[in-house]
Amino acid sequence: MINILLSGDRPRSMLLSALLLVILIALALAPFLFPGVRSLETAARICIFIVLVASYDLMLGYTGIVSFAHTMFFGLGAYGVALASTHMGRGFDALLVGSVLGALAAAVLAFAIGLFSLRVRAIFFAMITLAVASAVAVLVSQMSQITGGEDGLNYLTPRELTPAFRFGEAFGVKLNGRLLAYYLVFTACLALFLMLLRVVNSPFGRVLKAIRENDFRAEAIGYRVVAYRTMATCLSAAVAALAGSIFAIWLRYVGPDTTLSFSIMLDILLMVVIGGMGTMYGAVIGATIFVLAQNYLQTLMGTASEATSALPLIPELLSPDRWLLWLGVLFVLSVYFFPTGIVGRLRGVR
Amino acid sequence: MSDAPDHSPTLAALSISDRLGQAMPYILIPVLVVLGFLAIGSTSSWLTLTVSGLAMGMMIFLMASGLTLVFGLMDIINFGHGAFISVGAFVGVSVLMAMGGWTTAPSLPLNLIAVLLAILAATLVTGILGWGFERVIVRPVYGQHLHQILVTVGGLIVIEQMIHVIWGPHEIFLTRPETFQGAITYWGAALEKFRLLAVVLGLIVFVTMRLVLRRTKIGLIVRAGVQNGEMVQALGYRLRLVFVGVFIAGSALAGLGGVMWGLYQEVITAGMGEEMMILVFIVVIIGGLGSVEGAFIGALLVGLTQNYIAFLEPKLALISNIGLMAVILMWRPQGMMPVVKAK
Repeated sequence: MINILLSGDRPRSMLLSALLLVILIALALAPFLFPGVRSLETAARICIFIVLVASYDLMLGYTGIVSFAHTMFFGLGAYGVALASTHMGRGFDALLVGSVLGALAAAVLAFAIGLFSLRVRAIFFAMITLAVASAVAVLVSQMSQITGGEDGLNYLTPRELTPAFRFGEAFGVKLNGRLLAYYLVFTACLALFLMLLRVVNSPFGRVLKAIRENDFRAEAIGYRVVAYRTMATCLSAAVAALAGSIFAIWLRYVGPDTTLSFSIMLDILLMVVIGGMGTMYGAVIGATIFVLAQNYLQTLMGTASEATSALPLIPELLSPDRWLLWLGVLFVLSVYFFPTGIVGRLRGVR
Repeated sequence: MSDAPDHSPTLAALSISDRLGQAMPYILIPVLVVLGFLAIGSTSSWLTLTVSGLAMGMMIFLMASGLTLVFGLMDIINFGHGAFISVGAFVGVSVLMAMGGWTTAPSLPLNLIAVLLAILAATLVTGILGWGFERVIVRPVYGQHLHQILVTVGGLIVIEQMIHVIWGPHEIFLTRPETFQGAITYWGAALEKFRLLAVVLGLIVFVTMRLVLRRTKIGLIVRAGVQNGEMVQALGYRLRLVFVGVFIAGSALAGLGGVMWGLYQEVITAGMGEEMMILVFIVVIIGGLGSVEGAFIGALLVGLTQNYIAFLEPKLALISNIGLMAVILMWRPQGMMPVVKAK
């Protein structure tokens, strides 16, 4: 049973299995184990980022393509839900239509970009996605009559998913719509993650790995590298868009900063690299550690900065605004010394 | 014994269409300028737009030339190139501000010296920074595209954040030196003086670069290295040293571009390099990776198109560059003048 669910790709390490199990249980029972608005926010964020990072890993770790447009696909899904909810009124049909349209748009856009860049050389893809993603981000903030510009969009999700919808109490926790929304997020993310696991362990996934290792040889064996790369890109974009839709349903707000900004792209990159490229479990570990660190470490940095305020330069370096500096350093160091990430280390590969 | 197979080499001249195909990228710029004239209609605004398009193109070329050569020579794509643009701008502007009196005095020689000193400082600092960047960030990941992209992006973030630490988190506004403010009127068209300076400077750099690449021994080695690095090494040249030199020169040029762009915009931010990188990548892609001429033409095309379209249809300006790139890649998927064979 477990073997089927995990598509035969077991964690292959006691410690890793234990870690994954702890994360799964913690996320599944988050509302009861860690009551409170902030921890529920964090848990939902972890769920969504696991899917987002896993979909990115399908491209980076499995196919060996670097994309800088993953937040664009994420944003497409989020804006799909937001626009559908704004124009169709609150309701589950709006959420569904928005998600599907967002995922479709993402896949089509990924296909178009892939058509231009992937058939020449994979490195074009990185540059072109960077250009397209920035153009889309500017476009979204400029077309304010449609997208709400920099302010973003606020909209209503179905009443069943809002805190106002109450239906009793269990284990000392109030059961309300927010809880339902959390479980919607959790189930959808779990399903998407298992689906991605299925994809990478299918014959299709094996071809992708072959392309990553040596695209010339894969072509020589008879696989059409361009077609496989494009398919992987489209699939990854569609899943990222779905993760964006879930994020929009949870947050009930979309804006350029929360869905499209380049710093989210950097977060994703870092999560993939820290967790481990080329394995879906890396996404779980990376996203969990990173989101927790982001939420709780920044506070710590603030305290450290104040504590050292008498010294020169050091408080500047430790201020919470310089969070990205340390991420960058960590990023470079982990690519050098830790290229297989936490999961790779735990599995004892290389 | 059978006869040797017939071998009668022919030295046919290239057909007209082949020659036209080769010259096409060069023809594209005058064609674009003429099209712009037809679309705009008014001579004075056309002249203003053309000059500002050329100025913008020249500045982008300064930033793009190093990147394309580095890629051609060592197959390294440096996403951290944008950091040099920002650092160059910050260093240059700091020098300009420190000279205070020289920039406010209404005297051309003093202003020119001030600007030149700023450029000198900026190129020096970014050159040294480029040397360090190559050592620390790029060298350990030769030959691995994936890791190169990741590591250089990491380097970009770190340098950008260090700018925040050193110069503070806010953007810095500046005023251009006295004599470069304002515009001169020519044929009823207002031509900003600074843009003319940018065009002249860009042309000087382009011509110098071409001369170095075409007429000197080192240029010969660089060009040969771009075409076939292994062969050059087999002939006994230490391509690594040449490469480090090109990397430093490219970083210094990015710094120069940064100073010029900062003076052009009259505001500098730590993120400016990252924003410019998008244009630079478009230029490098449509020019063809590894080609300096391609980057030059690409940069001018991007500058001119953006200015014309911003005038004709402001809403389209945001996507004009992406559109240009799409059109060129449909025409030539490798870029206009690819030097590096697709690997």
